[in-house]
Amino acid sequence: MANICQRCHARPATVHLTDIVNKKKRELHLCEECAREQQLIPEGPGTSLNLQALVSLIMGQPTPEVDPGALICPTCGLQYAVFRAEGRFGCPDDYDAFRSVLEPLLERIHRGTQHTGKFPRHEARRQKLLAETEALRGELAAAVAAERYEEAARLRDRIRQKEGADES
Amino acid sequence: MNLDSLLPNLGEWLKGTGPESDVVISTRIRLARNLAHYPFAGRANLAQKTEIETRGRECLTQAQLPAPLPYVSVAALPTLDRQFLVERQLISRELANVLEGPRGVAFDERESVSVMVNEEDHLRLQVMRSGLALDEAWAEIDKLDDALEARLRFAFHEQFGYLTACPTNVGTGMRGSVMVHLPALGITKQIEKVFRALQKINLVVRGLYGEGSRASGDLYQISNQVTLGKSESRVLTEIREVIAMILQYERSARQVLIRERRQAEHDRVARALGTLGSATMITSEETMELLSAVRLGIHLQLVDNIPANLVNQLFIQTQSAHLQKLMGTVLDGEERNAARARYLRAKLRELDANSR
Repeated sequence: MANICQRCHARPATVHLTDIVNKKKRELHLCEECAREQQLIPEGPGTSLNLQALVSLIMGQPTPEVDPGALICPTCGLQYAVFRAEGRFGCPDDYDAFRSVLEPLLERIHRGTQHTGKFPRHEARRQKLLAETEALRGELAAAVAAERYEEAARLRDRIRQKEGADES
Repeated sequence: MNLDSLLPNLGEWLKGTGPESDVVISTRIRLARNLAHYPFAGRANLAQKTEIETRGRECLTQAQLPAPLPYVSVAALPTLDRQFLVERQLISRELANVLEGPRGVAFDERESVSVMVNEEDHLRLQVMRSGLALDEAWAEIDKLDDALEARLRFAFHEQFGYLTACPTNVGTGMRGSVMVHLPALGITKQIEKVFRALQKINLVVRGLYGEGSRASGDLYQISNQVTLGKSESRVLTEIREVIAMILQYERSARQVLIRERRQAEHDRVARALGTLGSATMITSEETMELLSAVRLGIHLQLVDNIPANLVNQLFIQTQSAHLQKLMGTVLDGEERNAARARYLRAKLRELDANSR
């Protein structure tokens, strides 16, 4: 079965890894190129496996590490390193752009990372809309699956209407 | 608006009334808010800052508010007027002297509500109350926030709450502060101990004019640090609990003073009044320290012919910008000290004449 590389889905898999954690067996089948890219096989001669990289790959941790200082907000162009030096954000979108490195920082400052206070009314309205749209999408999928196309069209229009309301 | 018309008034925070006013001068709550889809003020260009000011200003004049909030452009004000607004706690020192470009403040006639525009955040809402009144101040600022939000879209994040230029304000954007007068804890050298305890529970102590300013006249501002992860009401409850504790400490220290060194305290107050009423040169710092002794004397009933709010009046009117406005002229340091002494002498003589 495991003939095709699970990573590139193109080349034949020649590197087969099996690991057992808590009695659960996991298998990974890669082509040589992908294995090399994941640093599983050392460059040059020698055949020993890079165990660290292997563990990271199987556990689903990203390698290599991104440098947080180089993160840039796509909206205002502020670099995370500049934010750390000046202590001020450039625009509201920085919070999402830097989210991964911001959470530990906010935890240190506030001992918390989740807002629990006041919500603006428009935000409360948006969240309600979002939940309703989500429910309609579920109904739409069910209608399509059951080939009830007229109902599906009606649902589709209601979803569009709700999405339009959110934009305003 | 002619700011000189404010001069004879005391403003809400110096009325000297309100709950626990023997120790608590005033309560203040501020909210940091930013418009969505704009860079924060520190990174906004001139055109964007102008647009933010225009939108803020329009919103402030059109919103459904209990009292009108006329807008004053701080950029257009002379330095003396800016300093005057700082002394009245209507704007920050940053908005007055450090920041540049379009910026301003809207405030009501009672000087209990103010909204700074283009400070570190696009909008800084503030409500002040005499004495300890956290609930009333919160109710008012919450309503003000709702009224502005009906016309403006604020930057808000599902996880992080209200987004602010500085990560120390994100979440609620709320800072609750209570200004307390703690002379007895100072005299009995217990103040450091109290403040160390405060730091452990994440509350900050600052001097009169906010961050970085030193405590003079035994006046301290106690405020919350955390804005993310705790609701507004929980933070206010924590402040309230700490203030209750501080009130108790200060009052029992005052009782000790009266019990154990009444004569010495009486002498200290009398000398303070003597200096205030006869000096020919006096700095603002010395004035604050002497007024602090007088204020304590009033609450310990060591002096009986001085109304409590006279101390507040003397306190605000002897600040540099107020003094210069009173005298109607710009004064250098030495001239200010002489003018301050002249003003204090006149006021205390007036009081003497009235009580006879």
